[in-house]
Amino acid sequence: MMAGIIFVCSVVFLLQFFVSYCRSLIAASAKQTLSLEVQDFTGIGESKPAAGDDFARVLQFLHMCPDNPEDRARIQAVGTYFRMLNLVRATAAKLAPALRAWTEYERGQCTYFAAVALERRIAMSRDMLAQQLDA
Amino acid sequence: MPGLAENLLWLLCTLLECAVVVCAVKKGAFRRYLILNLYMAASVIVTLGRYRVLHQYGIGSSEYCYFYYYSDALLTIFLYFALTSLYAHVFSDMDANRLVRFGAVGLLAGTGLFSYLVVQQSNARLITHFVVELSQNLYFVGLVLTYVLWAAILKMRESRTQLIQLVLSLGVYFSLFAATYALRNLFPAKSGLFAALVQPIGVVLPLAWAYAFWRLSSNDRVVPSRLAVVPQ
Repeated sequence: MMAGIIFVCSVVFLLQFFVSYCRSLIAASAKQTLSLEVQDFTGIGESKPAAGDDFARVLQFLHMCPDNPEDRARIQAVGTYFRMLNLVRATAAKLAPALRAWTEYERGQCTYFAAVALERRIAMSRDMLAQQLDA
Repeated sequence: MPGLAENLLWLLCTLLECAVVVCAVKKGAFRRYLILNLYMAASVIVTLGRYRVLHQYGIGSSEYCYFYYYSDALLTIFLYFALTSLYAHVFSDMDANRLVRFGAVGLLAGTGLFSYLVVQQSNARLITHFVVELSQNLYFVGLVLTYVLWAAILKMRESRTQLIQLVLSLGVYFSLFAATYALRNLFPAKSGLFAALVQPIGVVLPLAWAYAFWRLSSNDRVVPSRLAVVPQ
C-alpha cells in the first residue's frame, strides 16, 4: 500500500520535474535567433513561426550533421517531451481547446529548439572542416 | 562480474561525475555550489572503492554487498545535504540559513527514527536493514523536499537558470530512484529487473549538472512561471 502511494507520487513528481526541465532547456534556446541560412533550410523564420509538424523534418536534418555529444542528451530529452505532447494532443487535448492550443505552442517550441541545435551542429561542422584544412 | 554494458555505464557515470567538478572549477562555480561538487567528488571516490572491492571479492560477496549499501547510504545523506544547500541558495536573501540547517538535520533525524521503527522487528542484521531502509526513505524525503523547493522557486520568482536546472534535474533523479525503489517493494519477485535500472538512472544527475555548469553562466536568467507545468 505504502509502496504503491510512493510509486504514484514519484511518477507524478517525475512528470512535473521532467516537463519543467525540458521547458528550461527550450527556454534557453528560444532567445537565440536563427541565421538566414538555417531559416531558408528549415523554412522557419519571422514569416513562418516554428510548428510542431516540422519537428521530425528538422530532426532529420539534425541527424545528417556530425553528432555532437554535447547536445545529444538534450535533444533526446526534448524528443521525449515532444512525444509526450503528441500523446496529450491525441487524447486529452481533443476535449479541451485551451490544452490543444498549449500543446501546439509547446510543439512549435520543440521544433525551434531542434532548429537551434541544427544551427550549432552546422557551425561545429564548419569549425571542424576549417581545422582540417588548416592542418 | 558485471558485463561490458554495466562496465561502460559505470565508466560513463564516473567520467560525468568528474566532468561536473571540472566544469564547475572551469566556470568558477565550484565554491558557489561547494556541497554539490563535494558530493560529486565523493561519488567518484566511492565508485573507485566499489570497483576495487568488486574485483577483490566478487559481486556476490558479502564484502561488496556491505560496501555497496553502506556507501550508498552515506552518499544519499550527502546528496540530502546538497539539496539543503540549494535551499540556502534560494532563501539566501531571507537570511534563513540557520533555519534551513536545523530543519534539514531535524528531518534527517526523523527519517532515521522512522527507518529504525520500520526495521526494528528484524532480529538479524539490524544495522544493514536500517541502512537500506534509510537510503530508500531519504530518496522519497529528498523528492518531496525538492518539490517544495521548486514550489518556492516559482513562488519567489527565482530566475537563475543554472540554479533552476540544478534543482529540476535533482527532482528528476530523486523521483526516478523513489519510483524504482517503490517498484522493487511492490514486485519483490522482479527486484533484479528494477535493480538493473539503478545504473542508467545514476547517469542522469551528473549529465544534467555537467551541462548546467558548462553551458549556463551564473548570469543566465529565465522566467520561472513559464517552466511550470500548470501556467502561473
